[in-house]
Amino acid sequence: MRDVSIIGIGQTAVGEHWERSLRDLAVDAIEAALKDAKVESVEALYVGNMLSGELVAQAHLGALIADWASLGPIEAMKLEAAGASGSAAIRVGYMSVASGIQDMVVVCGVEKTTDTDAKTVNASWSFALDGAYEASQGLSVTAIAALLMRRYMHEFGVQREDFAPFAVNAHQNAVNNPHAMFRRPISAEAFAGAHMVVEPISMLDAAPMCDGAAAIVLCPSERAGEFASKPVHIKASAVATDRLAVHSRADPLLLRAAQVSAQKAYQQAGIEPHDIDVFELHDAFTIMSALSLEACGFAERGEGVRLAQDGDIAIGGRIPISTMGGLKARGYPIGATGVYQIVELVYQLRGEAGANQVECQLGMAQSLGGSGATAVTHILEAE
Amino acid sequence: MKPARDVGIVGYGAYVPRYRLPASEVSRVWMEGQAGLPIKEKSVPGLDEDTCTMAIEAARNALARATVPPQALRAVWVGSESHPYAVKPTSTIVAEAIGATPQVSAADWEFACKAGTEALLAAMGLVGSGMADYAMAIGTDTAQARPGDALEYTAAAGGAAYIVGPREDSLAHLEGACSYVTDTPDFFRRAYQHYPEHGGRFTGQPAYFKHVTSAVRALFDELGYGPEDFAAAVFHQPNVKFPQQVARVLGFSKEQTETGLLASEIGNTYAGSSLLGLCAILDEANPGDRILVASYGSGAGSDAFSFVATDLIRERQGLAPRTRAYIARRKLIDYGSYVRYRKKLVVH
Repeated sequence: MRDVSIIGIGQTAVGEHWERSLRDLAVDAIEAALKDAKVESVEALYVGNMLSGELVAQAHLGALIADWASLGPIEAMKLEAAGASGSAAIRVGYMSVASGIQDMVVVCGVEKTTDTDAKTVNASWSFALDGAYEASQGLSVTAIAALLMRRYMHEFGVQREDFAPFAVNAHQNAVNNPHAMFRRPISAEAFAGAHMVVEPISMLDAAPMCDGAAAIVLCPSERAGEFASKPVHIKASAVATDRLAVHSRADPLLLRAAQVSAQKAYQQAGIEPHDIDVFELHDAFTIMSALSLEACGFAERGEGVRLAQDGDIAIGGRIPISTMGGLKARGYPIGATGVYQIVELVYQLRGEAGANQVECQLGMAQSLGGSGATAVTHILEAE
Repeated sequence: MKPARDVGIVGYGAYVPRYRLPASEVSRVWMEGQAGLPIKEKSVPGLDEDTCTMAIEAARNALARATVPPQALRAVWVGSESHPYAVKPTSTIVAEAIGATPQVSAADWEFACKAGTEALLAAMGLVGSGMADYAMAIGTDTAQARPGDALEYTAAAGGAAYIVGPREDSLAHLEGACSYVTDTPDFFRRAYQHYPEHGGRFTGQPAYFKHVTSAVRALFDELGYGPEDFAAAVFHQPNVKFPQQVARVLGFSKEQTETGLLASEIGNTYAGSSLLGLCAILDEANPGDRILVASYGSGAGSDAFSFVATDLIRERQGLAPRTRAYIARRKLIDYGSYVRYRKKLVVH
């Protein structure tokens, strides 16, 4: 098994791309990543995407995007793990290079949600849940998150308003991210007064549906120096799953997949949670931020919200999260998100994060699928 | 675009039906009262009202202000997206009802919510070319929205009629107009469909905002004006937020737009929307006031006009009921009555 490094990154702005199609966005991101890597050709393309079939009537994304990006007759395929699709594609790209099968790989996460109506998008997103026992009974991803949040508030005596720091922090950081969808700060007051979506989840708890594409180029670490002045080493890559339906889990407030994949990643990297300098977590909802911090060992069970309230999640804090806006403010183009998280960590580890720079040597990114039944964790290291 | 000879508005008239459905009623029935409300209440036509009846009353008000005999009209053109017939013009009924037939051109216009301003633009051309001295353009609608859809809060009824004539007879003369049109399917209805379909958020930036700002900026360029040159501005009003936002983007102040902003009190009157707003502005305008009107029609396009009120405006304002009088004449109804009046109940 070889070490793998990231030698190039690219991303489109996250938002409502009325004028760009799914394939346009993917090509934009891939071209940017190849240019950043100073690489002209790759041997494989792995595409992360969840809903291309449902939302733009297009499956077969590997071949489509390899074609549209003029990559030649290379190996190409789509990987899907609901909201973790982008990270899943990175996982496979990593395995491909680490195993020695490929020497130069591009991974692209892409999602286009604005070619159809919001109802269809929400209904399709619910395919991330258990179709037979959750979605078909009327539960949506947001509704499941609302149930978790309500249970958390009940068990740990937390108020809805106490979750504000997650959203406030994300929006504050997005101010300095030109690729972010929402670049205005929000206040705790605005959070407290926000319109309910599914009580207790409000408009300011939930990440927005949107469009975007991001891409990274991977090669063996031993060759990375030929291409990048600041390659970033993938120190750990780990995936775990959990019972799909929340009602099947022994403890609904434990994101066990996140916990297991994080523990595997820490073990691969030979580190402890406190060694992580920056954490791009899956803040699709503020409750998921709290539960992710707890599952990954940054806070005790029930203490995730307190971590946020104490300011530990801010750029200068103990465990900065959502440093470029996170899913909440940078945006949540579902299957593309995992790649955005890695792109943002690379900026951090290259020392190119500008006003949002965290002093960091080790960064962690974690993507979740659905209500957390898939968790993909990567740990990156500045070289 | 400027006509060969100077023209203007010789008479104008508003009409808004009296019934009002609060947006909170729609929310109560469909969203357990949890919905955000885009307006306060919308106008609802009565059982015997339609695009045609409303056009006739608005036309009579316009004639009263214009002080020209109906036989002087050489065109009666009605723009709407709710013409009673798919084939058989609303315009002939209106023309006959107001006594303008038979020596008159009558035709129906359609471009979603800008059908009325299209007819107005063409009337400016007809009179401006010298082919006619007086032409009437009307925009009225009894908009229908799918029950429970976001548009049901705002789809309303009402409209306005304008008589175009030579500048010397005008209470407001035309300085120029610009149209901006692209093929953008943000909102549409096939002939066999009862309710329209719309593209959700697609109706925002790529549709309403792009076309309205482009038409207004083209007009600014052509006439050499900026927002500061206008006493008042009125935009198409599908809700309260869109016209307020587009006004901000274009550089207008709240004071410049408040007189013409009627959406909160009567909803979106579709082809009547910007034209009713203009009536409200003309009702209070002073000589010399420059007024911007920018409509928006889905499909999509925007017509922008610059008018300047003349010395004749004061003596004409009171010759017919003012817009505010129609707005103040209101009777609250509940959702059940609304469903009955709008014939949304199917009796098997």
